[in-house]
Order: sequence, then C-alpha cells, then structure tokens
Amino acid sequence: MKPGPYYQRDRQWQPPALTPDYKTSVSRSPQYSMISLETTVSEITGPVFGHNDIDPIDKDLLSNYAKPGESPIGERIILHGRVLDENAKPVPNTLLEIWQANAGGRYRHKKDTYLAPIDPNFGGCGRTLTDENGYYAFRTVKPGAYPWRNWVNNWRPAHVHISIFGSAFAQRLITQCYFEGDPLIAKCPIVNSIPDPDAVDQLVARLDLNSTIPLDTITYKFDIVLRGRRSTLFENRPEGN
Amino acid sequence: MRQTLDYLKETPSQTAGPYVHIGLAPGAAGFDIYAQELGHDIAGPNAKGERIRVEGGVIDGMGSPIKDVLLEAWQANADGIYAHPEHLGEVEDGFRGWGRVIPDFETGNWTFETVKPGAVTDLNGRQMAPHISLWIVARGINVGLQTRLYFSDEAAANATDPVLNLIEWERRRATLIAERTDSDGTPVYRFDIKLQGEDETVFFDI
Repeated sequence: MKPGPYYQRDRQWQPPALTPDYKTSVSRSPQYSMISLETTVSEITGPVFGHNDIDPIDKDLLSNYAKPGESPIGERIILHGRVLDENAKPVPNTLLEIWQANAGGRYRHKKDTYLAPIDPNFGGCGRTLTDENGYYAFRTVKPGAYPWRNWVNNWRPAHVHISIFGSAFAQRLITQCYFEGDPLIAKCPIVNSIPDPDAVDQLVARLDLNSTIPLDTITYKFDIVLRGRRSTLFENRPEGN
Repeated sequence: MRQTLDYLKETPSQTAGPYVHIGLAPGAAGFDIYAQELGHDIAGPNAKGERIRVEGGVIDGMGSPIKDVLLEAWQANADGIYAHPEHLGEVEDGFRGWGRVIPDFETGNWTFETVKPGAVTDLNGRQMAPHISLWIVARGINVGLQTRLYFSDEAAANATDPVLNLIEWERRRATLIAERTDSDGTPVYRFDIKLQGEDETVFFDI
C-alpha cells in the first residue's frame, strides 16, 4: 500500500468564507466557487522542520521572554495534547506555533492599542515540535478576554492561536483553542463562524486535572486533528497515465 | 456488532486574526524573542537557478490592500524537486522551498525573493508548469486560502498545465499568472491577489 492523496476537506464542518456576523469576513471572502483539486505533489509535500530550527525554551512562555528570576502575571497553565490525522494516526515531528494575549487580554503587537497593560515578562508566542507519538506541550499563562470592534460590545473568549504544519501543504492549519466553561465562547461571532456545534466543541480544551501539577500549574488538554490520506490499494491507471 | 467508521474530524479552522505576526513573525510584530525566526529565506544561498523577486498585494472586496495579511510560499527548486522526503531527488543544501511573506503594515505591499522553480513532475507522471503555491491568512479569512502563482514567461508550459486547465473559464486563468518585468537586472514578477470582484483570483479547494 502506498500513501495516496489527502481526504478532501469537509467544507460543511469547516467555517464558510462568508460569515456576516463576523463583519471583516464580508469583504475578505471570495465569492466565486473554489476550484476543487485532488492533491498533487505540490500539496502532499510541505516544509520539514527539525530540532535545529527551534530552541527547547521556545515552548515555555513562562520563561521565554521573562527577565531572569521573574515570570509573567496570570494563571499558570500547561496546554498539551496530541496531533493526529483523520485516521487517528499520530503526526510526529511537526511544528506547532502558538500566540496569545497576556493575562489582561493585551497582545504584544505594535498594532494592538487595548488599554490593558503589556506584561514586561510575557512575549506571547511559543513553538515546539511534536514528539514521535504526536505529543506536544506548552507552558504559558491563561490569556484574558478582550474587546474587539465588530458589534459595539464584542468580547473574545480567552483563546490561544495555534498554527500547525503537518507533513503536507494540504494539511496546513491555523485555529484557536478555547477553554472549557468560558461563557463568552457561545457569544463570539468568530467561534460561531463554525456551523456545527460539535465542531465548535472540538476547539474547547478540557481541564485535565490528572496532568495538573499540584501547587504549581493547571493543565488543559487540546488534541488537534489534521487531514488524513488514502492508501492506494488498487492501481487502476499505470504510472505515467 | 454494528459497523462503525472510526475516522476523526479535522480540527476546524479559525481566522489567524490581526496579530498572526506575533506567532509566526514576532520581529514584524515588534519584538525579538527567538534565536532564529523561520521563513525568511526561501531558497537559501546555494540554490541553482534564476534569482527572482515577487511583488504584490492582497486586495479586499472594497479595493483596499489587506495590511494585516500573512502569506506562506511553497515551491520546488529549479530542477522541479521539493525539499520533502516523498519527492525523490536532491535539493541544494539550505534549500527549504518555504517562506513567510509579511506586508508593509502601512501600505499592504509585500515582496519576496527566491529562485524561479522548475517544472514539476506529478506523482502520476504529468508535468506541471513552474509554480509557487501560496497560502493566505488574515483577519476575516476563516480558512486559509490556497492559490498558485504561475509565470508569464512560461506561456507554453502554462498552456498545458493540468491545474490551470481545470479552470473552466479561460479568462480566470490569467489571475494566476504573475507578470514579469525586469528592474535593475533582477526579474520581478507582479502578483496581486484579489479576494473579490470581477478579477477575483482563483482559489483552490485542495
């Protein structure tokens, strides 16, 4: 059996491009139909990263921007889980990058002007490679909710942005991880760009008490699923046709 | 026992938002945190082939440039080989074929330098014209958009490219062709990506 093309993306599970309650999508959503294309070699390949590309400290947001002996303000959390594909196979050695607001809901970005203060000990980004079992872990602070301009009074639920590569350009994905129990999740037009409530639930990290470090750090678990691919069982067309 | 299918569902996408640069290009967001940022050099110093520059913008439905966009480019080397274990063949030391493209936050214009890729042989043996795959994320884009950049000076290869030929409307194929001009001895290709309107760029559901 040879690995074949990737399963098509389920566009009824994924959010559509046009979601008018999320106003910015109105002028940024293509209006013509996309051209459907079975993955070619240009999409079943993708960039490969290794341990030379990153440093071990990159995955620890409690220390990767903090002054020596100091740490950021906020609820200390571990965010961990596995990266799998749709066949439930672990995706090893894949690059994850995260970014988030600080505990007050402020981003370290020159375009963010929210009045909550910058935390001098918090950069707000991290990256790591999954291990051979697809496992990853970050240490950080729980981000704060913050207001944004959409309707007059919109607040983003606490969230961590996650970028994942997989092993193919077809698997490239950016998503957001929310936290169990947050009442703002149900009210957010960005969350609600996803039509299926089960799909929304897939973005809500669960409190993972068993992995929590007593007297130290609370843990949330967030598994990520990337597209899977077919195996070629039968060759109907000889190579070259 | 009742038969079941035990596939998992792909994690839903969410917009990269306006501050995607913090995570993927913190230097552009305004701070220095990593020993090395990824994606600044697509081709590396040893790549063979023609050195080119690509310039463009991503334009929204109001005709305004999108200033908070981020793009990723993925391409083969000049011999048409991808730096990936499933594509047989050698690439030059330091050639990754992948990079990140960040606009000027004031104008939305972006530029990147690379080598012109060669024609690529697909796994089924078919030739694809030289192209660069692009993935586009920004605030307001719920699922990253995939498109391809082809080259205006490859008219013969473009005419037989199996992907361009999937586009039923020939007029729309032109939205994927970057126009070549030469400036200061460097070939420059212009590629504007329009998200809406009469000249909306072709996007692929790959």
